[in-house]
Amino acid sequence: MAEKIATRQAYGDALVEFGVNEKIVVFDADLSKSTKTAGFQAKYPERFFNMGIAEANMMCAAAGMATCGKIPFASTFAIFAAGRACEQVRNSICYPKLNVKIGATHAGISVGEDGASHQMLEDISNMRVLPNMTVISPADAVETRLAVKAAIEYEGPVYLRLGRLAVPVIFDETYEFEWGKGVQIREGSDVTIIATGLMVHEAIIAYDILKEKGISARVINIHTIKPLDDAIIEKAARETGAIVTAEEHNIIGGLGSAVCESLASSYPVHVLRIGTQDKFGKSGKPPLLMKEYELTGKDIAKKAEAVIALK
Amino acid sequence: MDKQTLLDLKKKATRIRKHIVTEVYSASSGHPGGSLGSAEIFTYLFMKEMKIDPANPKWADRDRFVLSKGHCAPGLYAALAVRGFIPEEDLTGFRSIDSYLQGHPSMKDVPGVDMSTGSLGQGISAAVGMALAGKLDKKDYRVFALLGDGEIEEGQVWEAFMSAAHYDLDNLTAFLDHNGLQIDGNISDIMCPESVVEKFKAFCWNVISVDGHDFEAIEAAVEQAKNTKGKPTVIVAETIKGKGVSYMEGDYGWHGKAPNEDEYKLAMKELEEVMAELETK
Repeated sequence: MAEKIATRQAYGDALVEFGVNEKIVVFDADLSKSTKTAGFQAKYPERFFNMGIAEANMMCAAAGMATCGKIPFASTFAIFAAGRACEQVRNSICYPKLNVKIGATHAGISVGEDGASHQMLEDISNMRVLPNMTVISPADAVETRLAVKAAIEYEGPVYLRLGRLAVPVIFDETYEFEWGKGVQIREGSDVTIIATGLMVHEAIIAYDILKEKGISARVINIHTIKPLDDAIIEKAARETGAIVTAEEHNIIGGLGSAVCESLASSYPVHVLRIGTQDKFGKSGKPPLLMKEYELTGKDIAKKAEAVIALK
Repeated sequence: MDKQTLLDLKKKATRIRKHIVTEVYSASSGHPGGSLGSAEIFTYLFMKEMKIDPANPKWADRDRFVLSKGHCAPGLYAALAVRGFIPEEDLTGFRSIDSYLQGHPSMKDVPGVDMSTGSLGQGISAAVGMALAGKLDKKDYRVFALLGDGEIEEGQVWEAFMSAAHYDLDNLTAFLDHNGLQIDGNISDIMCPESVVEKFKAFCWNVISVDGHDFEAIEAAVEQAKNTKGKPTVIVAETIKGKGVSYMEGDYGWHGKAPNEDEYKLAMKELEEVMAELETK
């Protein structure tokens, strides 16, 4: 069994690790123990700003800091970052293309027991539609660390989509993160599963299920949802002829939509989308929610067979 | 303030008012009322107070200005032009498709604009961020922000005020353009924010009330703000919306409306008379 680490934890650890860079400042909105920015606060208290339960002000204050040459990380739950403060992110961060990094934890239904009010299933949609915004959704702790490092090196707004739940570590220390590039993690020729975030692990499970059945599935991890790696998606469409997308997000507006938009103008093939079906979440243990909302490896494998049948 | 300085400021404020009317007339749209009412505040900050350099708009140690009430861009652009950040002749391009002078201030397009604003309530938060950065870097630059009294109906303004006091941002000075009017009417009829003075005091700010058209009063308030340690200052400037153009004064109808040709000519005639009067002194 692989080690399990939440991407929010890896985010907090990365801020501590890369926090030696004195340009980095961290903002939080009274959730530092949950977003895991508390580690940075302990190590660099003078560069940590708790803005209280006031996300709109936090986003714009981070923008103001960025105008002074700082690299602010503004952290809160995804529901507040990409929901409540969406217009602040648009007008005060994206429009002036300021160097603010948004560390949005507790994305997706895997938040679990807190239920629908806290399960952000629309953030990829809200954020990727904003000009100048980069959207990154890491699959595991290793990728999260590298995404934080890359976000620091990149000049401009970045939305980091992070989870609450401890998830298996997929990648080892040799893994290389390339900004805006999809990663083919399993070779296959019958169908391609394109996944993001914790669904990458589920896609690997689907790969194994399909392999048992003699179906050769390609698995692609899309960590950078925007800008999207159109080339790797077109290549998969041409070579496998059928696509399943998998995300812990509404099927409207997220990765699945992005893939469809891309293929519509390059090489249209059938795409079936795994995600929440335009519904709110609810309370429950994360694994049970993943089952109920049909977000498991088994569900992906079923969808893969269905899309192959459409070929 | 010596007599010559005062006279010079009054002339520049009049020049700014003429530019404001011309910008809005040229664009056939824009916000003259609040821009005209804030002319002395713009003038005092840009011509007298702020450490800024038109040759180096991004100078790291400069004082910052955030127009939180971003719709008063005509006033800000006029001040930037008179101060030498942008050519005065560019002002007639305001809001047109081939001009860099966007309808609301855009920091990426206009030299001297420190923050893109327009969505009310956000600028003051950005000013808080700039003031926090100044404290963190132990720099002595100051941050100024200008808010409207309708704008403070936005809840975010109070988040920003809370945070500025919490972080003891004595390098931050906010002006409230208190003209009592917003787009739909009197602020007290639409959504009364009074008592603004008591509210700001309750948010632990240093509060100074002044006549917003009196340069000496503005100067005294700014000096007091600079000498106030441990807390931010808000200068509640009592102003007349549309000040300087007789038919716009005190009329909320001129919040966001452009004058027609006859109205424009009348406005310019009035302002030129003021200027001629100042020239004789």
